[in-house]
Formats: sequence, C-alpha cells, structure tokens
Amino acid sequence: MSAATESPDATRAEYCVTACADIFTGAGEIVASPMATTPLIGARLARLTTEPDLILTDGEALILADTPAVGKSGPIEGWLPFSKVFDVVASGRRHVVMGANQIDRYGNQNLSAFGPLSQPTRQMFGVRGAPGNTINHPTSYWVARHTARVFPEKVDIVSGVGYDKVDERNPAYDDLDIHRVVTNLGVFDFNGPGHTMRALSLHPGVTADEVAENTGFPVADLASAPVTAAPTAEQLRLIREVVDPKGLRDREVRS
Amino acid sequence: MVSKTDKTSSLDDVVADLSDGMTIGIGGWGSRRKPMALIRAIARSDVKDLTVVTYGGADLGLLCAAGKVRRAYYGFVSLDAKPFYDPWFAKARTSGTIEAREMDEGMIKCGLQAAAARLPFMPIRAGLGSAVTEFWGDELKTIDSPYPDPDGRTQTLIAMPALKLDAAFVHLDVADPHGNAAYTGVDPYFDDLYLASAQRRYLEADQVVSTSELVDSVARERLVISRMNVDRVVHTPNGAHFTLAGGYGRDDAFLRHYAESAGDDAGWDAFRSRFLDVDEATYQTEVARWQAEQEENK
Repeated sequence: MSAATESPDATRAEYCVTACADIFTGAGEIVASPMATTPLIGARLARLTTEPDLILTDGEALILADTPAVGKSGPIEGWLPFSKVFDVVASGRRHVVMGANQIDRYGNQNLSAFGPLSQPTRQMFGVRGAPGNTINHPTSYWVARHTARVFPEKVDIVSGVGYDKVDERNPAYDDLDIHRVVTNLGVFDFNGPGHTMRALSLHPGVTADEVAENTGFPVADLASAPVTAAPTAEQLRLIREVVDPKGLRDREVRS
Repeated sequence: MVSKTDKTSSLDDVVADLSDGMTIGIGGWGSRRKPMALIRAIARSDVKDLTVVTYGGADLGLLCAAGKVRRAYYGFVSLDAKPFYDPWFAKARTSGTIEAREMDEGMIKCGLQAAAARLPFMPIRAGLGSAVTEFWGDELKTIDSPYPDPDGRTQTLIAMPALKLDAAFVHLDVADPHGNAAYTGVDPYFDDLYLASAQRRYLEADQVVSTSELVDSVARERLVISRMNVDRVVHTPNGAHFTLAGGYGRDDAFLRHYAESAGDDAGWDAFRSRFLDVDEATYQTEVARWQAEQEENK
C-alpha cells in the first residue's frame, strides 16, 4: 500500500472493520457468516473490494444478490433456510465470525454459560452452532472489548473447539481452522508455539503492555507485532458512504 | 360415503392426550413460529416431568416457569431479541433444576433425521472436541468408520442417537382439517422432522381451511406437512404469539414484558394471572388489551 492511499484519520472502529474484511481475503466462493455488526460491515466491505464471489445472507433465510448497507435489504439471489445452513456447515464452504464470552490461548471459545455445566452461575445461549462450525470450516472471532475476562487461561465451557482438542489420528479434526481473532486492540491468530494465540498487529495507539494487561495468558509475538494496516481511502469511502453510513460501527467500538 | 378423518381438536383435547414423563419435541426456532398456544395449554395442565427437545426460545422458558421440565435437549435457547437470554430457562439452569443435554444446533437436525428414518443413530462431526460430550456423558458415543480415509487413518465421529419423541408440537400458518399444512414465511424450520420423529403429532395453525383452499393459497413447495404425520389439528389464530409466524411479526414489546416480569415474584404473579392462568381466548383478549394500553401510555 502506498503512503498516498493511506488515510490517517481512520477511527479505531474503521481499523476493526478493515481487519474484519481481511479475515475473508482469499476466501473465494463461500458463505460468509458474520454474527455481529463490525464483522458484518467487514464482510460486505470485502465483497465490495477483493472478494466479489462471497455469499452473503440477510441473517435469516435469503441470499443477497447485491451488497446493501447494514440493516438494509435488497435484491436476492437465493434461499438458505436454517436446515440448509447446516448442510453448508457440513460441506465446509463457509467462514463464520462468531462472538465469544471467553477465548483461551488455544482458541477454545465459550458462548454457552459460566460456571459448572450442570449448574452454571450465569446462563447464556448454550453452545449454538459453535461445535459444528469450528470442526467443519474456517472460524474467526470478533471481540469488541478485549479484556482478561474474555481471554482467560481456560474457558468454562468449550463451545468452539480449540487446537489443544485436536486428535491428529482422527481425520474428522482435519478441518479445524481458527483463522483470526479481531478485537478492539488488534489482530491475532493461533500460529504461536503449539497453536497458541499470536499477535499479528496492534491497532494504532495500542501498546503491547495494554494487550498483555488485558489478556489472561501470554500472547506470542506481542512485542514485535506491527501496527495494523491503515484502511485505504477507498475502504474508508465504502465504509462511510456505502456499507455503514449510519455509523453503527461506532456503537460497538468507541474511539 | 366414507371420508378422511377430520382431526380438528381443541387445546383441551390435546392436553387430555398427554402424560407425565413424556419426551416432547417443540417446532419452530428461538422466537420464530413456536406453537405457543399449545405451550400455554401444556403449562396450564397437570402434566409434569417432561423431557423437551427444542431449538429453544420462550417455549422452553414458559415450560420451565411452570415447573414442567425435568430434562432438556437443545442446541441453544434464545429470545432472538433483547434481552436475548430467556430468564426462566436461565433460572432453571442456575438453580440446577433441569438436566441439560446441550448440543450443537446441527446435532438436533441429525438426531431428528435418525428418528424419522427409524435409525438408531447418524454420524456427524459436530460435537467432537467440545463440551457437548461432557453435557451428555455416556449417553453420547462415537462411531469408527468402517472405511479408512485414503491416508489410512480412520474417521471417528459422533454417533448422534435418534431423538425419538413421544409427542411433537408445531405451529403452521395454514392447515386443512386432515393435517396437511403449509408455512408462508421464509423458513420451514424443522417442523416436518419433529412430526416425523414422534408417536403423537399435534399441529396448531392460524388458519384451518379446506384442502382446496390450502393448496390454492400457497406454492406446492410450501406444503411441507402431510396428514400422514399429524394426529390433531387445532385452530389457533395468532397462536404463535409472541413469536413470529408467516402472517405476523414477533411482538418485541410483549417479549420484553415477559422477560422483565420474570425479574421478581410480584411481577411474575401479575404476568401469570393475567396471561397464563387463563384460557387461550382470554390470553388473546388480554394481549390485545395490553397492546392498547402500551399505545395509550406512549
């Protein structure tokens, strides 16, 4: 990227959106299933720039032909009711971006409940589609507020499967691919030693100390992580004018 | 002249069929096209110790509030709108009063498909490596493929047991008196599978019309329910309330009222006496009255 196309006035939320768009770089003709506003804007941005063949739904049962603004519908190109979503999950032709109440250093994720599974201290959704998503196709996570509570040493209930659960002798685990974690502080993956969480980049203004203080385990490559690439002028235009003109991204990530 | 069985029934007819300890499946999804009139009737009844199989929403919440649930098989429990987590399901879980057989969402479809095909199990990847195996303990086993992969390794998969149901309850938008039925919204959900997996099959519908009116009113592909899988048909206008159905949206204001009323005993007593300890006709009248009150107070 040339310096001329960089835009120094991008907000933290806009860095998060472009980092979420980059989750889908090279994804090809698969279903992108972002489960929150920021990754949803990111997936639409990716489709409008480098990934035109991504398949996007309205979040219910219709496949969108075009790439409307967040919260808007538009012409459709197909039908994907829940029953067929499970067929897509099993096919592997999907990349989901889920939220998480907890993520540990091996990528185990919890959105089910806190506490013992027979009698939790706080009930959330249950495991939802997290076990099937993680075992079948690429999965990434979006965390709007990066804290040590969200990134503990161990999760209470494993909803999304992490790398330390993989049985190498069993090919049924071969497609486990926890691709990225994007947070309000930076971009991470699980290519640290022994498939542990690693810093790929920190957003401008975020320090390694800040990430360390807000993570319940050591993060690989934290000290050497570069600054997250700035959104291009074209990306900023698309975010601000086309995909999220109402600024819903700023409700999830404050600058 | 002989004719096909007329299966039209009352909610009381359905409740009279039920017995303690049944395993029941509830159609719909979260806060979408749930057979709420039937759920309200079960909650009012004397039946107890139910095992419930569901893509859960306020259906499971109301049954938990009424103390009807001993064990629940579910992929998730969600109200689909703020406050998202069902308060009564949460209370049942945090007080340890129900046994949870939590599973991946895809595993419910798989278990219902196995039951519908009269198979003891179906293999599935979902569940491997996750806490699902802890939720189920010895009740969930794995199966080794008899066919090794090309590299010589053998796939070991979850053997999802058939989710055989004693009874299934679903809400469709339009039905005939014999149990043929159609959905008119964007998603059939899994209602056909619930009915196909059950011994006793109960269908409620917003409209009950003649067979010719039914088939003329929708595209053929919407006729997802066949009378071979239905025992009783109950006419329940607005029966899916406060979840959405093909003809009406989710009542988010009432959903919030339900969730907020669960917050304390006095609030719940008021909600229960007005909306739950009453028959379905009174429920619908009171809901309309409540909606009018909300308008006035705006």
